[in-house]
Amino acid sequence: MASEGAAARGLGRGFPADRAALVIYLMAGYPDRATSLAALHAAARGGADVIELGVPYGNPLADGPTIAEAATVAREGGFGLGESIALAAEFLAEAGPDAPPVALMTYLNPLMRMGPARAAAAMREAGVAGVIVPDMPPEAARPWLAASGGIDTVFLAAPTSTPERLATVGSASAGFVYCVSTTGVTGERTGLSAELGGLVESVRAHTTLPVAVGFGVSGPEQAAAVAGIADGVVVGSAVVRRQDDPFAVEAFVELLAGAVRSARS
Amino acid sequence: MSDVFLPSAEMAYSSPDAQGFFGPYGGTFVPETVIPALTELDAAFREALDDPDFTGEFGSLLQDYVGRPTPLYRADRLAETVGLGRIYLKREDLNHTGAHKINNTLGQCLLARRMGKKRVIAETGAGQHGVATATAAALMGLECAVFMGTEDIRRQSLNVYKMRLLGAEVVPVAEGSGTLADAVTGALRHWVERVGDTFYVLGSAVGPHPYPVMVREFQKVIGEETLVQLQGRAERVPDAVIACVGGGSNAIGMFYPFLRDLPAGKRPLLVGAEAAGLGVETDRHGAALTKGLPGVLHGFYSYLLQDEAGNPLEAYSISAGLDYPGVGPEHSYLKDEGLVRYEAVTDAEALAAFAMLTETEGIIPAIESSHALALLPRLAPELGADGVVVVNVSGRGDKDMDIVREAGLGGE
Ligand SMILES: Cc1ncc(COP(=O)(O)O)c(C=O)c1O
Repeated sequence: MASEGAAARGLGRGFPADRAALVIYLMAGYPDRATSLAALHAAARGGADVIELGVPYGNPLADGPTIAEAATVAREGGFGLGESIALAAEFLAEAGPDAPPVALMTYLNPLMRMGPARAAAAMREAGVAGVIVPDMPPEAARPWLAASGGIDTVFLAAPTSTPERLATVGSASAGFVYCVSTTGVTGERTGLSAELGGLVESVRAHTTLPVAVGFGVSGPEQAAAVAGIADGVVVGSAVVRRQDDPFAVEAFVELLAGAVRSARS
Repeated sequence: MSDVFLPSAEMAYSSPDAQGFFGPYGGTFVPETVIPALTELDAAFREALDDPDFTGEFGSLLQDYVGRPTPLYRADRLAETVGLGRIYLKREDLNHTGAHKINNTLGQCLLARRMGKKRVIAETGAGQHGVATATAAALMGLECAVFMGTEDIRRQSLNVYKMRLLGAEVVPVAEGSGTLADAVTGALRHWVERVGDTFYVLGSAVGPHPYPVMVREFQKVIGEETLVQLQGRAERVPDAVIACVGGGSNAIGMFYPFLRDLPAGKRPLLVGAEAAGLGVETDRHGAALTKGLPGVLHGFYSYLLQDEAGNPLEAYSISAGLDYPGVGPEHSYLKDEGLVRYEAVTDAEALAAFAMLTETEGIIPAIESSHALALLPRLAPELGADGVVVVNVSGRGDKDMDIVREAGLGGE
């Protein structure tokens, strides 16, 4: 369904062939529009391969306190889906053709409120490569998928997913499959689950797409460990915690990028 | 016995479908982590319903532990006061723990035990569902944690204390307005984390499939008893049946048997009372069906109070059990299909109805149930002096003493 141009802009191009990709999550509009735009550029300079741009929402069911609190601040600044798409557009236009592809991470209701067709058109116009919607399982995605041609929709796999569900998630996803490392919400954690390797392998068995692991990755050491077993490492809360200082974001992303690049694969 | 009480197969009301959709409403919109648990729950629920051991144990608990059937009381002084022929009060306030909530928590805790879960969690607003869950958990020896907004902990301190006495942990949720919606979010987040060993006992006909249909199943005893009790008195099909709607569990428990068992043309007017708070023209209310737009919150699609960007709005009501920005999906469907009429009742109207029932009948209703009672004077002119009406008194008002005193009732 995707045209060649769209495929070239897809999320897949953020995944290098020879190592794991570094996926950096930032909250749109946090702590304000200008700083979040600067943080996007900082993450790109620091070596992010893919950017996941969080859309602030008032009931972030899958998020822990760091991201939930950032969302509250951004919403108080007037940020929602429309503003987040506009922010992505501005970043992508400024950063030019070498910018890392951007996936919007939004909850379903803002998407429904704007309307799938209008939201998809605005995203295409902005150059947004994909979306991740944590409360939209594949079975509930038909209205969105009918409207979202040219935009990759990433679905999530969880430690609790059965093989049948992994098959559903794997075949419904485009761009990559987002593998949630543990049961629970987003947020930094100290250790990695011992079962992570097995989980990634079982997700891989059900898809040809890259598999990125997120939820709980807090620093370079964990990022390197995840890069050794998965095709992508998502770092969220640990970046958002530094987001009010774009210099700190850049320095932290550089550290993470170095760790991911040095990981054995 | 009137033959219109007989079930009519050809008019059967059959929602939801296998995916939990009532028309376009309902469904399952949750993070992947809990989807397998919901699938497992749905299968276990269906299996349990087909198992006479389960339904038998549930039935005897309802009888011997809860005290069912609850009376259908003919309130003549109330009828005279509002100008109706006959008013019947379905006395869910006389249940053990003081509200309809116990019907559902016993059903769900039995299911939890059957599924081998040792731990249950719940959300609560007024504290009624929290107390009912803590009670069922104590009865069955299950560990119990109840999520409650910090504002509701303040408003309902007596119920907080009761839950602790019953051995439950009360987990404060400080996010947002610290009320019911925040408590649901807190409980859902926790469930995502502990889904392996924890059963989530949801307190109303909301949430992802199979919760709305499961809660209806455990609450339908209200309407089933009412139909039998009306026939036992050789009463005709009433002109109207009224219940309050927060998430919608007491209302669907009352309405569903009327929808299922009576043919379309022979049903009473079914009326749901939602919270108008300070008025639906203000932004301080909980009237999702009157003022909301369809959207997704807490895993299901239904009418929802939301802003332009799709964020859920804070609901408000004097009653902690009705200040929820969403509503059970079946009620959205029933509204769109014109099968139930929904009206909004203000804090002031509810307080007046609270006083009216207390003074005319010596029955102190919950402030939630008072919203249903407040529709009596409003409907009386339309139904006429011969009108026969059933009102579900979903709970008793003991928990609301501080609130009604603050509002100035009783001259204090
Ligand atoms: C007495 C009583 N009635 C009604 C409700 C509202 O819930 P529902 O609409 O699910 O019946 C509550 C909720 O706490 C309650 O305590």
